[in-house]
Amino acid sequence: MLEIKNLHVKLEDEAREILKGLTLSVKPGEVHAIMGPNGSGKSTLSYVLSGREGYEVTEGSVTFKGEDLLAMEASQRAAKGVFLAFQYPIEIPGVATMQFLKVALNAQRKARGQKEMTAPEFMRHVKERAAKLNISQDMLKRPVNVGFSGGEKKRAEILQMAVLEPSLCVLDETDSGLDIDALRVVADGVNALRSPDRAMIVITHYQRLLDYIVPDKVHVLSDGKIVKTGGKELALELEANGYADFVGKAA
Amino acid sequence: MADLDTIELVKDIDVDKYKYGFETDIESDVAPKGLNEGTIRFISDKKGEPQWMLDWRLEAYQVWQNLTLPTWAKVSYPPIDFQDLHYYSAPKSSPAPKSLDEVDPKLLETYAKLGIPLKEQEILAGVRKQGEKSDLDGESGGEYASGKVAVDAVFDSVSVVTTFKDELKKHGVIFCSISEALREHPQLVKQYLGSVVPQGDNYYAALNAAVFSDGSFVYVPPGVRCPMELSTYFRMNAKNTGQFERTLIIADKGSYVSYLEGCTAPTRDESQLHAAVVELIALEDAEIKYSTVQNWYPGDAEGKGGIYNFVTKRGDCRGDRAKISWTQVETGSAITWKYPSCILRGDDSRGEFYSIAISNGRQQVDSGTKMIHLGKNSSSRIISKGIAAGRSDNTYRGLVSAHRKALNARNFTQCDSLLIGDKCGAHTVPYIESKTSTAQFEHEATTSKISDDQMFYCMSRGLSQEEAVALIVNGFVRDVLQHLPMEFMAETQKLIGISLEGSVG
Repeated sequence: MLEIKNLHVKLEDEAREILKGLTLSVKPGEVHAIMGPNGSGKSTLSYVLSGREGYEVTEGSVTFKGEDLLAMEASQRAAKGVFLAFQYPIEIPGVATMQFLKVALNAQRKARGQKEMTAPEFMRHVKERAAKLNISQDMLKRPVNVGFSGGEKKRAEILQMAVLEPSLCVLDETDSGLDIDALRVVADGVNALRSPDRAMIVITHYQRLLDYIVPDKVHVLSDGKIVKTGGKELALELEANGYADFVGKAA
Repeated sequence: MADLDTIELVKDIDVDKYKYGFETDIESDVAPKGLNEGTIRFISDKKGEPQWMLDWRLEAYQVWQNLTLPTWAKVSYPPIDFQDLHYYSAPKSSPAPKSLDEVDPKLLETYAKLGIPLKEQEILAGVRKQGEKSDLDGESGGEYASGKVAVDAVFDSVSVVTTFKDELKKHGVIFCSISEALREHPQLVKQYLGSVVPQGDNYYAALNAAVFSDGSFVYVPPGVRCPMELSTYFRMNAKNTGQFERTLIIADKGSYVSYLEGCTAPTRDESQLHAAVVELIALEDAEIKYSTVQNWYPGDAEGKGGIYNFVTKRGDCRGDRAKISWTQVETGSAITWKYPSCILRGDDSRGEFYSIAISNGRQQVDSGTKMIHLGKNSSSRIISKGIAAGRSDNTYRGLVSAHRKALNARNFTQCDSLLIGDKCGAHTVPYIESKTSTAQFEHEATTSKISDDQMFYCMSRGLSQEEAVALIVNGFVRDVLQHLPMEFMAETQKLIGISLEGSVG
């Protein structure tokens, strides 16, 4: 589904490379965890995949469902099925969450040549999914992320994911700022979306999240490269020993 | 949902092609160019006005000659040659039509071309009869769910069709053109015309008083709640014709009326001058709600050819507990010079001003309000949302004043500006004058930009750049949008998208 080959990335207005030859292959149905210390390039990877401006790819390629992902604009990537759950979800004052979801979903459907959802269809579509994430109707009426608690923001991100039904989900530090109960709700939401034709990349600093979202593979990202790949037990190893071993190796 | 309609509309539009820019080929009855007493007599004669009306016009003309152009606004434009304009143009047609069947089909075509997906359009086109439910109903609830809109269509300068007259008559509401009011209700016109905006109020108001061609007249008798929204579409058509509308609305004691005004205009090369005057009078316990969506041709990418819009709008809360509320959406015109104001004369009277002003390209907007507190416990509220994009300039200019007798006057003002890009300007110029220590005036102002984070967030969810801007701006103006009647909300959301087309990327 996703093939990242020898990816080199820097900021447009800086010379310093952030990703230095990252290679990663993700198949449908798989959940990959990417772990690494601060500054290793985790968030950059998520932005480059979702098409944020300001990054320059100097070398390498990213292929998504056989197409050149890097040639697409952010909105096209979304329509093709790429979704990024933000570490710090953005506020959009005055735009009700429900309205935002509908505009987004129908923009994607239109781009894919599908019929737009009618209001009643859409209401049903959202209600089922919101209930699973403990999201009330009241919260759906509030403006996107405005005045949301940390937990509410993350649940709202997962709701967007559930509503938009992407084929590749990139979760950027979805566990940050969550207490254990909120973490469980979010993880349950994510697990409910696991399916044979959907892949996930879970970016996290801590092993804790991976107790709830059990990955098929764990990669250690250090200094812009993947320095070790293993099964879920690798996460536990990291938890016990820290990143020091790998940081050393990469240097 | 409306945002998606916005997007469709934005996509439908070619760059530099104003959607509503077309001209309808209807024979016009045009006055010769230039302004002198003869022109004024010509207009007055054409309309068969009484002598006092002509005298009133001539008086205004005398005053106008001694006035100078106002220069304090933050707008610049080449000098206007007032002798190079036509001051009268009326579609040539037989006496007023009795029903829609008698209306020139070209006119109805014009409305269709305007693409106004509103109840008014349905009614005008005869798709939906009076009282029938429209798809737009039911969403709004409350006082605007009546599903009835009366339209007084102004084509160029003369009212061509007036609908719903009979139903209004049942309630004693008078809704007609000023010309007709002058014939049928001369005493009412004489009593109130110029009582809020006097002939010599300012340069453009004086010009209007001298040469106004037509406009709407509304009178709501005591205790009557007007059974429907009253609506007028102003539209300029004949070449080189200044548009001088005059509107007079009187809400007698304890009455209520809501009036909607919307505008579009065809493309042309020469700038068009528009100097309208609107006077509102609310007597004791009466309420007037006046809403405008203004979408006149803003000019091409260099600002050439757009409408000059110099408007004087003022309401007088003449009785105790009277209330006047202005809601405006300003998206068009090359120059907008407009300050819908309230004189809060009555004790416990209330004035409100809700404004969305969007400027793009080379547009210049200098708009705001005046809340003049004279009565005790009078209160006012101002919410202004300015959005500047392209190379435009967007100024809020507002005055809040309290007379020494205006004990406990209260005002709350909120001015928010949103900048798109880095070549536009947003300015806030509030004036506050209080002659009583018991007044409480609050002023809040913010300026913000659409952040890259917000853009990326929206785009990562599948919205294109333009869809993202339209959505974020619609959110920014939400507080004001809520004050628009349902009939205008959908159109306004679309307009916002259209107006900001090409503002990013």
